[in-house]
Amino acid sequence: MSQLEILKEAVAKALPDLDLVLGWRQGINILRTAPFIIRSAKDLDNLVWNRLCVNNLSSQLMHLRDKRVGILVKGCDSRSVVQLLQEKLISRESVKVFGLPCTGVVDLKKLSRSVDLDRVEAAVVTERTLELSADQGSLSLPLPEVLADKCLVCKYPNPVIHDALIGEPVEPWAPAELPAQAAFAAMPLAERFAYWREQMDRCIRCYACRNSCPMCFCKDVCLGDSRDPHWQSQETSVREKWMFQLIHAMHLAGRCTGCGECERACPVGIPLLTMKRELNAITQDLFGYEAGVDPAATPPLMTFAVVEEKIKESEW
Amino acid sequence: MPVLDGSELRIIGFLCNWCSYGGADTAGVGRFVQPTDLRIIRMPCTGRMDPLFALKAFLNGADGVLVSGCHPNDCHYAEGNFYARRRLEVLERFLPVLGIDARRFHYGWVSASEGAKWQQVVTHFTEIIHELGPIAKLDPELAVCAIKAMDGAVQPTAAAPAV
Repeated sequence: MSQLEILKEAVAKALPDLDLVLGWRQGINILRTAPFIIRSAKDLDNLVWNRLCVNNLSSQLMHLRDKRVGILVKGCDSRSVVQLLQEKLISRESVKVFGLPCTGVVDLKKLSRSVDLDRVEAAVVTERTLELSADQGSLSLPLPEVLADKCLVCKYPNPVIHDALIGEPVEPWAPAELPAQAAFAAMPLAERFAYWREQMDRCIRCYACRNSCPMCFCKDVCLGDSRDPHWQSQETSVREKWMFQLIHAMHLAGRCTGCGECERACPVGIPLLTMKRELNAITQDLFGYEAGVDPAATPPLMTFAVVEEKIKESEW
Repeated sequence: MPVLDGSELRIIGFLCNWCSYGGADTAGVGRFVQPTDLRIIRMPCTGRMDPLFALKAFLNGADGVLVSGCHPNDCHYAEGNFYARRRLEVLERFLPVLGIDARRFHYGWVSASEGAKWQQVVTHFTEIIHELGPIAKLDPELAVCAIKAMDGAVQPTAAAPAV
């Protein structure tokens, strides 16, 4: 039985006790999947599970707090669920987690550099390649070239939390070094300001990054929308755009699970995950804390130690 | 850094009401000479200090941001500065990611009786900021507009409508 069949069976069994289940269905073309809500057994016919299921569905959990929700999660998505539980934003009893061991998802932005996404007629993932075919012929791309960056450095391919594990756990792989991250780390301080200024200037303040972020929960009272207090104006200057991204980043300090939804959702390709990863490295280094791994842990900025091991007092 | 020769830079100080604001007052009462680059904002506690305050100040062209509060264990609210310490440490390490020199930001502890220490802190921090020079501005043209507007305000033109 394939993983998808096992999944359908497990969801069908659990469905009577649940109001709805969050899953993926085929999207507008062969390469796109879209989040969708399973309410009855006949919806299961539309359910898909493959390496194109990129969306982190847990960003919807906060809005469904009054419902009994089933959710399909990859390893990375499961960390968002753990983080939401940790912050008591959702309750464990009302969420049923279907865990899907995952070996990486395809990054369509990477793929679109070599392929016209709309013309692809069939896509098959093999052990090491992504096989695409269209009316002009076929193309075989090595997986590391088309997998999302977050997958290349993934430490948790198996869900860290689940009520039902679908299929066999996969063997974690050695995280690769990301060229983009290394290039950023090597960038001199003086160039970074100009770098971000240029990147942030492209922002159109569509808030897709915020809306897709599972950890960004105050969407109804977001500082980016609020004009009282006047954190942000409707001005289109790079200062306002950059400020919005800093609000997002600082509100995720010590909470970001690195699921990469912000960067994936960004229509203008701002390397938001590069910034978040740097921030995560800081909290990891300072507090030895990794977000979304232990439901019983406390996020580091919501607590303190009287004597901080890693924080040196200034000498003046 | 005398204000009149135009070499003054903008430093924003976020001071806790109970300790450092009092310390700055003590320094003033004691008539300790201090650089004048600092603009002080009083807060109820360093625990109120949102790292975004500092980031917004930097994006708006502040050359330095100084946060000062009660010594650890001396917080008026018992633990506000412990939370602040974590947040501000994260912020200090995050600034280089954005391309802002971490030396432009400083947080520390000055009690209400430490007027002399306050003088040292302000003097030392101001020296560092002057070594670093003005921060890279996001929109220099905006700064020019503001300066022009200020000039206009100082010398009203004949075209200014009568109120």
